[in-house]
Amino acid sequence: MEHYTMNLTLKVWRQRNNKAAGSFETFQVSDISSEMSFLEMFDVLNERLISEGKEPIAFDHDCREGICGTCAMHINGKPHGPWEGTTTCQLHMRAFKDGDTVVVEPWRSRSFPVIKDLMVDRSAFDRIIQAGGYISINTGNAVDANAIPIEKDKADVAFANAACIGCGACVAACKNSSAMLFTAAKVSHLALLPQGSPERKIRVLNMVAQMDKEGFGACTNTGACEAVCPKEISIGNIALLNREYLAAGLTADK
Amino acid sequence: MSLTGLFLITFLVVHAGLNACIWAGDHGEMFNKSAHFMGTTVVVRIVEVGLFIFFIIHIIQGYVLSAKNVSRRGHDYKISLGNRGSKWYSRTMGTLGTLLLLFLIMHINHFWISSRFGGIANIRPLPEVTYDNKMYHDLYSEMLDVFRNPLVVGLYVLGCISLAYHLMHGFQSAFRTLGVNNKRYLDLLWYTGVGFSVIVSIAFAMMPISMHFGWVKP
Repeated sequence: MEHYTMNLTLKVWRQRNNKAAGSFETFQVSDISSEMSFLEMFDVLNERLISEGKEPIAFDHDCREGICGTCAMHINGKPHGPWEGTTTCQLHMRAFKDGDTVVVEPWRSRSFPVIKDLMVDRSAFDRIIQAGGYISINTGNAVDANAIPIEKDKADVAFANAACIGCGACVAACKNSSAMLFTAAKVSHLALLPQGSPERKIRVLNMVAQMDKEGFGACTNTGACEAVCPKEISIGNIALLNREYLAAGLTADK
Repeated sequence: MSLTGLFLITFLVVHAGLNACIWAGDHGEMFNKSAHFMGTTVVVRIVEVGLFIFFIIHIIQGYVLSAKNVSRRGHDYKISLGNRGSKWYSRTMGTLGTLLLLFLIMHINHFWISSRFGGIANIRPLPEVTYDNKMYHDLYSEMLDVFRNPLVVGLYVLGCISLAYHLMHGFQSAFRTLGVNNKRYLDLLWYTGVGFSVIVSIAFAMMPISMHFGWVKP
């Protein structure tokens, strides 16, 4: 693809802290390379703001290779921007044209309060994981990979669901701010594997209870979560979660 | 929502099936007799009470769910995702449901009230007709009378359009909520849902239309 440079108008949400009322601030950025990532464009802008003695824009980022799930940005109305199946750090500036206006907002959900500018507190997801998204049995030494037979189809689905990076795009896109796709990915990933089956019932009950406690909305199956998930987790997992939850609710001992 | 919704879907099948008797071409005899059966059989009347209860639960649950879900966002986006992630009718089930509720109030007022309580107090009784020396309510001629008004026909068609889109999302969403996610059935479910929504709604819409334009024998 041919390299080009562009000038853009950025409208970025600025908010001093959790209590302050935020507003949009407009920036002009120039000579942005089409080969830059979206976050590198923000780095260029922040360097300039620092050199001008202004407050740089706070945004979350860590691995910059699409696996940590921290780079939460709602770009032109879509979590992680216009491309399919990518995180913000994997979004490149060739997705935009010279002269474009780009609106960048934080995730909007009562369960993800804004910390500063584009940074939100996603610890609600950590607490859902803490409620049951793990295997607590002692497994001893690592056994041979072929000692526990797992059928290929299930292993593939479990692996696809384990790809969830907990970025929160599903919550950001859902009109109900529902965390069902995230919770469903975690529940089905473990429920499908033999290692996860001893705690299968209590896991789904506890994780759903924690999800509700965190104030996420209910799922109405609109499909927006699936459409924006950078790891392309299937909405079919939500039906699987519902089935696990119904079965566990009827048969669990406690 | 899903369980009450599925029950209401089965009600639609019965309702559409019975009403289709208006097209029997016998001046409404079959239709009036089946309406008489529905109105006078004990089991049907008990199920009717259940139907009202399910309607009320579905409506209250729907409004409570919508209100809770709307409150979760907190601060609106400047630019929303819109149709890039979901269908408009999936996101407007509350509004479509409200249109259906308004339709239902009008519809019950048109036929159910006078059929069940006609003659009591000031409620207008239905006309009557005799088949084989037996008296029946002439709901058929009441329909012809009500659907003479083009405004009423328009409102009924609007109700049917709301029903089509409400079902288009509701049918398959109900199954997903109940845990159906086998790849084998997903396509079947989707096409059955769309087919059901369109066919049932068109069948209902054709009733006032065919009465208004005189396509059935008076």
